[in-house]
Amino acid sequence: MTAPTAAGCAAPDQAAPLPASLDLEKETVITGVVRSEAGEVVPGAYVRLLDSTGEFTAEVVTSPAGQFRFFAAPGNWTLRALSRHGNGDTSVAAARGINEVAVTVA
Amino acid sequence: MSRDTALVSAEWAEKNIDAPGVVFVEVDEDTSAYDTGHIAGAIKLDWRTDLQDQVRRDFVNKNQFEALLSERGVGNDDVVVLYGGNNNWFAAYAYWYFKLYGHRDVKLLDGGRKKWELDARPLVTGAVTRPRTEYVAQEPDNTIRAFRDEVVDAIGTKNLVDVRSPDEFAGRLLAPAHLPQEQAQRAGHIPTAISVPWSKAANEDGTFKSDDELRRIYAAAGLDDGKETIAYCRIGERSSHSWFVLQELLGHPNVKNYDGSWTEYGSLVGVPVALGDEPGEA
Repeated sequence: MTAPTAAGCAAPDQAAPLPASLDLEKETVITGVVRSEAGEVVPGAYVRLLDSTGEFTAEVVTSPAGQFRFFAAPGNWTLRALSRHGNGDTSVAAARGINEVAVTVA
Repeated sequence: MSRDTALVSAEWAEKNIDAPGVVFVEVDEDTSAYDTGHIAGAIKLDWRTDLQDQVRRDFVNKNQFEALLSERGVGNDDVVVLYGGNNNWFAAYAYWYFKLYGHRDVKLLDGGRKKWELDARPLVTGAVTRPRTEYVAQEPDNTIRAFRDEVVDAIGTKNLVDVRSPDEFAGRLLAPAHLPQEQAQRAGHIPTAISVPWSKAANEDGTFKSDDELRRIYAAAGLDDGKETIAYCRIGERSSHSWFVLQELLGHPNVKNYDGSWTEYGSLVGVPVALGDEPGEA
């Protein structure tokens, strides 16, 4: 085990359930699925969270079911997905709790 | 150091997969990425278990590093090519680490795993074993590693470069947004630090921007070329990426990575902290 303060920055498993210790009164979770134009889920897509100025905030790789998840703050965000099938953007006005967002790549 | 010696392209890497004396090393925090597919012949290093002391918060020491590389089959004369996920954050950290222990020829694969995957270049599964070596490390080169006291002393005198996202710099977030936000440390940044997010240095596909673009980014942010520089982030891996840009690509002398970073500084008792988007006063 590593000391908690040295816990790293790698993205946790995107398909895992939300940790039980997570306080949804405090966290702003932005989550969803990346799909192709034909509606198929896209695993292995790189999804980046951009802040209201367009600056990079975080990036995760989608799960086998195409899922991604971020822990952000209330406000306006952009999700940008890159994949071998193409790229796509979606914006979201996030509030505390769980915010579901769909991203389509083409 | 320069781009020609410190960085290799995906094209170069694919051509040199079987080249004698070249060892590909994938570095991730979560090695499940490696296990689902890696560059042929690449060995893996786990940032958390291989490169951190498992009791104290610190690096593995010289003897532990020697034992690790000997066991994985890396020789002193091998060209080590590092790559990984998270836009090469942990690979850049390992690069800095190999430099710290004096490895002669180490390179970063431009774009890391992401560029490789987006290019649809081949990945293979299966275990890779290399014959054991007798690796000899140098004493740690602390001219590229900053500790907390010199960081506090650097406030208002040296370049302090905070490479986290703008929201972490300002104190609106405590961690990168793919992680839960509960943390022990206070939010904010080291007073007088300039904000140059690591991501400014990278293209969307994870490759580094051109030297001219990189110079413009740091000049616009107010980096003083006449001063020594300390880069930090949350745990020292994103700042390894920026350390790599400043020292290895742009050739700045006297750049240090503060691997204690915000998880240490933000927990120190009695040190100054600045909030908001401006660097703040010394």
